This record gives sequence, C-alpha cells and structure tokens, in this order.
Amino acid sequence: MTNAGTTVAAADPPTSAVRLPRRRGIELALIVLAVLLSVYGYCAVGLARHGTLPPGAAGYGAGLGVLALVAHVAVRIRAPYADPLPLPIGVLLNGLGLVLIYRLDLTTPHDRAAPAQLVWSTLGVALFIVVVLLLRDHRVLQEHAQACMVAALALLTLPILFPAVNGARIWIRIAGFSIQPGEFAKVLLAVFFAAYLAANRSALAYAGRRFWWVQLPTGRVLGPIVAIWLLSVGVLVLERDLGTSLLFFGLFVVLLYVATGRTGWIAVGLLLAVLGAVAVGRLEPHVHSRVQDWLHPFASIEAGEGPGQVAQSLFAFAAGGMLGTGLGLGHSSLIGFATKSDFVLATAGEELGLAGLTAIFLLYALLVERGYRAGLAVRDPFGQLLAVGLASLVALQVFVIAGGVTGLIPLTGMAMPFLAQGGSSVVTNWAIVALLIRLSDSARRPQGDGPEGTPHHPDDGRSAGRPQDHGESEASR
Amino acid sequence: MTRHIRHAALFCLLLLAALLVSAVRVQIVRAGSYDDNPANRRASIARYGQPRGDVLVGGAPVTGSRDTKEQLRYERTYPDGPLYAPVTGFASQAYGTTFLEHAEDGILSGTDPMLAPFPLLSGLTHARARGGDVVTTINRSAQEAAYEGLEGRKGAVAALDPATGRILALVTSPSYDPAELSGNGLPAMRAWARLNADPDKPMLNRAVRQTYPPGSTFKVVTAAAALDAGVVTDLDAPTDSPDPYRLPGTTTRLTNEGDGCADASLRSAFEWSCNTVFAKLGVDVGVDRMASTASGFGFNDTSLRIPYSAVRSTFDTQVDKAQLGLSSIGQYNTRATPLQMAMVAAAVADGGQVREPYLVERTVRRGGETVATTGPRPVRQAMRPGTAALMKELMTDVVTEGTGRNAAIPGAVVGGKTGTAQHGVGNTGTPYAWFVSWAQGDDDVQPRVAVAVVVEDASAHRGEITGGGFAAPIARAVMRAVLDS
Repeated sequence: MTNAGTTVAAADPPTSAVRLPRRRGIELALIVLAVLLSVYGYCAVGLARHGTLPPGAAGYGAGLGVLALVAHVAVRIRAPYADPLPLPIGVLLNGLGLVLIYRLDLTTPHDRAAPAQLVWSTLGVALFIVVVLLLRDHRVLQEHAQACMVAALALLTLPILFPAVNGARIWIRIAGFSIQPGEFAKVLLAVFFAAYLAANRSALAYAGRRFWWVQLPTGRVLGPIVAIWLLSVGVLVLERDLGTSLLFFGLFVVLLYVATGRTGWIAVGLLLAVLGAVAVGRLEPHVHSRVQDWLHPFASIEAGEGPGQVAQSLFAFAAGGMLGTGLGLGHSSLIGFATKSDFVLATAGEELGLAGLTAIFLLYALLVERGYRAGLAVRDPFGQLLAVGLASLVALQVFVIAGGVTGLIPLTGMAMPFLAQGGSSVVTNWAIVALLIRLSDSARRPQGDGPEGTPHHPDDGRSAGRPQDHGESEASR
Repeated sequence: MTRHIRHAALFCLLLLAALLVSAVRVQIVRAGSYDDNPANRRASIARYGQPRGDVLVGGAPVTGSRDTKEQLRYERTYPDGPLYAPVTGFASQAYGTTFLEHAEDGILSGTDPMLAPFPLLSGLTHARARGGDVVTTINRSAQEAAYEGLEGRKGAVAALDPATGRILALVTSPSYDPAELSGNGLPAMRAWARLNADPDKPMLNRAVRQTYPPGSTFKVVTAAAALDAGVVTDLDAPTDSPDPYRLPGTTTRLTNEGDGCADASLRSAFEWSCNTVFAKLGVDVGVDRMASTASGFGFNDTSLRIPYSAVRSTFDTQVDKAQLGLSSIGQYNTRATPLQMAMVAAAVADGGQVREPYLVERTVRRGGETVATTGPRPVRQAMRPGTAALMKELMTDVVTEGTGRNAAIPGAVVGGKTGTAQHGVGNTGTPYAWFVSWAQGDDDVQPRVAVAVVVEDASAHRGEITGGGFAAPIARAVMRAVLDS
C-alpha cells in the first residue's frame, strides 16, 4: 500500500488535477423532487377517494424524505463521485410503489400491505446505507464469490422445506414476515457469475473446439458454471417460479456474451432456452396454462367463466388510455389476486395512463442505462461484469413482469422492481442500487483518490480471489 | 469488452422499447375492444358510479337513485313505480333497461355526447357527465285517474293532446314495481323470474306494446273512410244496408246486438254501433280506400317511436270482401294498440290531423339547462277537415244520446265511441271493452284530450261487457283530470 500514499500525494493539490464534478447537489435536488412527487401522488389518492388529504401524508412524506436524505448523506460521505441518478430513481420508484400499494389497500381494508412495505423499504434503504458505508470497494465481493454462490444456492433451496403458497414454493415465513429468498439470490448469483467469468473469460473465449462456426469452450471451464446454472434452474422449476428461472437464464447468457464476446454463446443460449421452454411447457401443467392464458387471454370469458387475471390486467391497461383515470380512480382491484404484487403495473397503467407508464419505463431504462454506463467506465473486468449483470437484472425483471402483464410474453410471477409489494424484492433492489452507486463511484473517482488507492493495472480477468486487501487503503486519504 | 457491453445495453434497451410498444398496443390500439368487452365491469361500474338522471312528470321526479355502497354503486328507485312503469320502464343492473329508461339512456346515464362539457376532450379524459333529466309530457292527475280507474282490472289507457301529440297518460294494468328489478342480487333475480312467470304479464306495456281487436271503435275509421270516399254524403240519409248482412261471397250472416239497424242512417248506425251497416260501408269503400285511410290514422306503421317503439297496429290489406267487411268493424285481422286508438280519436278532434305521439317534452342537464327539445312532429291528414267535423258530430251524439253516455262531462263537449271486441277461438274469449273519446271544455278553442281505454275484464259476465259500461267511466275520469288541470 505504499504505492497508494505516493499517488494520493501526487493528486492532492486540487489545482493540478482535473477534478470531475461530484454532482451531489443534483442528486439532492432530484431526491427532493422524487419525494415531492411521491407525496403528491399520496395526496392525489386521498383527494380522489375521500375528498380530503390523507391523514398520514405529512408522516409519509417526512419518513420517505428522511430515508432518502440519510441515504444521500451516506453517498456523500462514502461515494462522493457516484452517479447522481440511481438513488433518486430508486426513491421515486419506491415512493410511487408505496403510493400504489396504499391506493390498492383502500379497496382491501382487511388486508393492508402498505405499512409492511414501508417497513421493508426502510430495511432496504438501511441495507443501501450499510452497503455504501461498509463496502468501500466492490472488488471485495470478488473475493467472496464462492461464498456468494453457496449462499445463493442455500437461499434458493431453503423454501423447498416450507409449504407452497399459491402454487409456488418460493416463500419462507418467519415471525409473520414472508420472505422470498430467491430475490436475494439474484444479487449473489450476479456477483458469482461476474467474478467467475471475470476470472475465466480468456479461457472461455479462446479455448475449446470449433463446432461449425461455434467455438465451444472446454468442458473444464464450462462444467462448473453450467452445473450451477442447471442446479439453480432445476431448483426453480421444482419451486415453480418461472420468472426467476427466466431471469437467471437471461443473466447468465448476457454475462457470458459480455465476458467472452462470443456470439456462439447466444446461439447456445437460445437453443438451451428453446429446449428448456418446450420441455417445461410440456411437462409442467402450471407453465402450460400460463402459455395458454397468454395466447388466449379471453378464453375463459368465451367459456363463460368470466375474465381471467391476464384479461383483467389488459382491461385495466386499456381503461387507462393515454392519460389514465387519475390516481385512486381506477378499478384495477378487479384483477383480484396479486393486484399489489405481480399486477401492480396494471394499476399504474390504468390510473396514470400510457403517459405515466412511459415515465415509469423511462425511469427503469435510465437506471439500466446508468448501470451500463458504470460498467463501461469502471476499470476492472469484475466491476464491468457486475455492473452489466446488475443493470441487466433490472432490465430483465422489468421485461419479464411488465411483458407478462401487458400480454407481450406469458405471465410469470415476478415483482416489478421497487413498485410491487414484496419485501425481499424491495430490499434486493436497494442492494442493487447500492452496488451501482459503489461501481459508478469507483468508475468516476479520480485515480488515487480514496479507497481505490492502488493504481489501476490492466486486468485481464485473472485476478479473482487476489489476496490484496483494499479496505485498508482508506487510511491514506 | 466495451463493444460487447454496448451490445448488451442495446439488447436491454430493445427489451424496454418492446414494453413501450406493448403498452401502446394495449392502452391505445386495442383499448377500444377491451373497453367494450362485456366481461369488463368498468363500463358497469362507471355507469352505476353516479346517480342516474331522473324522469320528470309535472316538474317532479318519478325516479330516484339509491347509494348502495357496493361496487355498482347507485341503484334505481321508483317512488311510484307501478303507476309510471309503462312510462319509465325499468333500469336494472342485471336486466338492462326498457322504455324511457332505455330510449333516453344516453341522457340519463350521462354518456350522451350532448351532455359533455368539452365533447372533444371526453374521449381523452374518460370523464362522464352527470346524468341529465328527461321531462315527460305526462299529466300527473290524468295518469293517476287512469291508474285508479283500471285498478284491479286488466287493461290499458292512452291519452293524448290532440293539438300536439303529447302523451298525457299511459297506463297499463296490472302493473309492477320496476324498483324490484333495479339491483343485481338475488331479490332482483327472484322478482324477474316471478314477473316473467306471472300469467297476467305485469311487465307488458299494454298501452303501446299490445294490440287488441278494436271492435266497434274502429267504426270511426270506417265512417271517416266512407265520408271521405263519398260513399256516404249525408249523415241522415239511409245507407241501403240490410239486417242481417250476408258477407259477400259467403253464407255468413252478420247481425247486430240491437234492432233498428236495417237501412239505418250513418248517424244512428254510429250511435247504436250497427255492425251490418259498417261492414257494408267498408265493402262499399273498397280495400284500397279503407287501407289508405287506416294507414293515414297510423295503422300498419312500423316506425312509430314515442321515443321507444310502439308495436304496429294492423289493418289487413290482403283480404276478400267478406274479410274486408269484418275488418271494417274492427274484427278479423284488424288490431290496434290503445295508443293507436287514442290517435284515431285525436285525429277526429283535431280536424283530421294525426300527429305522432311523443312522451318526452325535452331533455335537460342536471341544472335544468335544455339539451334537446322534441321538435314539431310530422303531421298527416288522415281525413278531410270537413269529414272530421262530421265525425265530431257523430261521436258527440254517441255520448249525448248513444252508447257512451257514461263519458259525459258537465261543462264540456265530449265525443266518444264504444267498442266490444270479440276474440279467441270461435269468439269464446271474454270480450274486450273499448272506449275512445275526446273532450273539449266549454271555454276551450279546441279539444284538449283524446283518450282510448281498453279493459280486458275476465271477471265480468260476458253480456255486461260493453265499452260504455266499463271503459267509458275511466275515459271520463282521465278527460276530466286533463280538463281540470
């Protein structure tokens, strides 16, 4: 670490180096805007439903504001160069999600989900703060890739021991709280994939036998990763959680492509996907019915059994039209089951219209774009792959669930990031945002400033599990 | 790796773009068909989410709305349901709407584009206007008089203002309370089943949706045709008609209830309702002239809307002479709604002019601002004004000295015609008692009311059922109510 001291000293005079703007002020302004928008939505619901401002509006605004500000302060302290957009986007989406859930609670007075969601959001922001404060360097994660993998598999396997809920064995209940361990596993698997691929990407890219135009990797390299992927997907099929299965597969293929640059991977991936889809579609009646619902959403109406969930969801979107009915004035509760979780986007579509839905999609797109930007800017392959993985995770989640509820693809249960009811999902997404903040901070931080004290060396990806300890370099600042 | 990251980013961008396209497809392109899907409850929720506009009689609503706090929030109420059932119809969450509730549904439910404050924006904002009100032409006291007159009997009353065609009373008996059908729950289902199974058919609007053989009341049409065609030129000249009258081409002999019909004048034949004379007159006029006069009065018209549709009253034009004879005395295939017969009386009262009857004076916004007014209705000359004057004379005689004395009103000129219509296989059914009339107060410049009453009274002895005995007092009560108001 002696090296660190010298570089810091060299960069110390502020006049000599070109300092990138930290843009924390922009972040703060955007956070204030996000909180105000959420409070406005909350008030709009109350005014529409009861003609008065909801009693908790001030408390809600204050709570969300304090959470966001604490997170902002944490970023200011530990990640001053971070991208200013991810945090406000997270706050706005989470705030909007709380508004939508609060609004849907009004139609189900006996089943209130907003208070619990608020608790989970708090936990999520707390995790965000913990990650930003304690994880000084993302490369620490690389060292614990193996542990991440083991933990992910454990989390995925855990719910098998618990009874199935609504046909899917993905929940565990502890002390009244339902937890979906698979959500946490997403981030852990992304970390593991990124670390593993960063370490082995050369071997994956260049070794192996050519088969037609596809360069097949050697079994030795490919073996472990396919095994783990198969295992996780197998577990998911057993748990009947197709959305997550699809998500992992997509993540795997994207990271593999980015790491190796081999289009052959995409071909292999698509082939595997088709084979898997056909096999699962044949074998699993659960999946088969989902595909039928997608192809013929109105079949149950024609059969005289009334509209199914997908049909009700389409009705809700259609009712929104261009501008929507206004918050609190739609009838998305007709969807019935899972209105607040899987189908929460239908409420947004009905009450905010295509205009609001476009705004929400753009927020997600912006978040994904900032993630990719961090991936492009960060200097180590693990960081690049991790940023790409996390951003893709968000994009794929949004696509799988939003595509499902709008009838673009068969519906698979999954939480809309930040919007949907589901504590594990909110916490996980805050962790993703925290990691993106960390990665973007690393990417933009002037070299030698702060924890990334070691001068960056061209990393060919063989550094997985390297012994250096980056945490100590903070002392040199 | 940078290049591949960009590729992956592009891929994610494509995914999100696909979502936008999908949203546009669902929310804009297909939205219309999804909104119109009958399984989509939103239309019903919006429809019942606000109080429905009201039907007004004499400035006061005869309908209301009740907040049920359920998903389909407002239910229709009818403070005086059975009395106005043939006017309002029902507005049910389960069984749709009928009559005015149906014909004026756009106004009442607020979907009529005329109600929208900014018609061009309504498609964008999904805003639904408050339901407007429908102001009817009904005269409350005439309606009540008709309803009380029919109490406990089966029958119907239709009353018109001859000068305008405004419908003053529209009553059917037995009636029912449309409020029973308003909801969508079990009580509404039970009421629906019970009302439909009821042999008395309480939901049938007998005044405009049921035809009866008009019997002798149709002789007004036949007499008008004979006068217009010049078959009869002098009311008091003998008509050269035998009693009994053998229907041409058959051996059937037509007889009368009373005597003195042989070779009677048109005046006394009308006064005493001689079947033989009018059958012969009809045959002498011929099927073409008879048919054109009948259609002038409104027979065989399928397009009448008041604004809900009335059933066609029929005068068969494909008949031989014997059938024409029977048709001319309101038998055979001649059938008329009470409303049609009120139009016949109104034509006589108004110089031979037939005005299409209507029930809605105007429609108004919640605040009272007029949305639309029923404009002048088409006028048809059913007979020459001179003929109409003679017919008035004939009908006045019926009330002053003939079979319709029960309809006389002191201080008013009343003209009428009784009818006893046979029906059923071999005429075994209990005959229908008819009375059609008009009345003009002594101070009025023209008749103010024309009315038709039919009583299908199953409870009386056959011989006692005459239009003068049963139907004329009801007609008198209705006419008096109009003249007094």
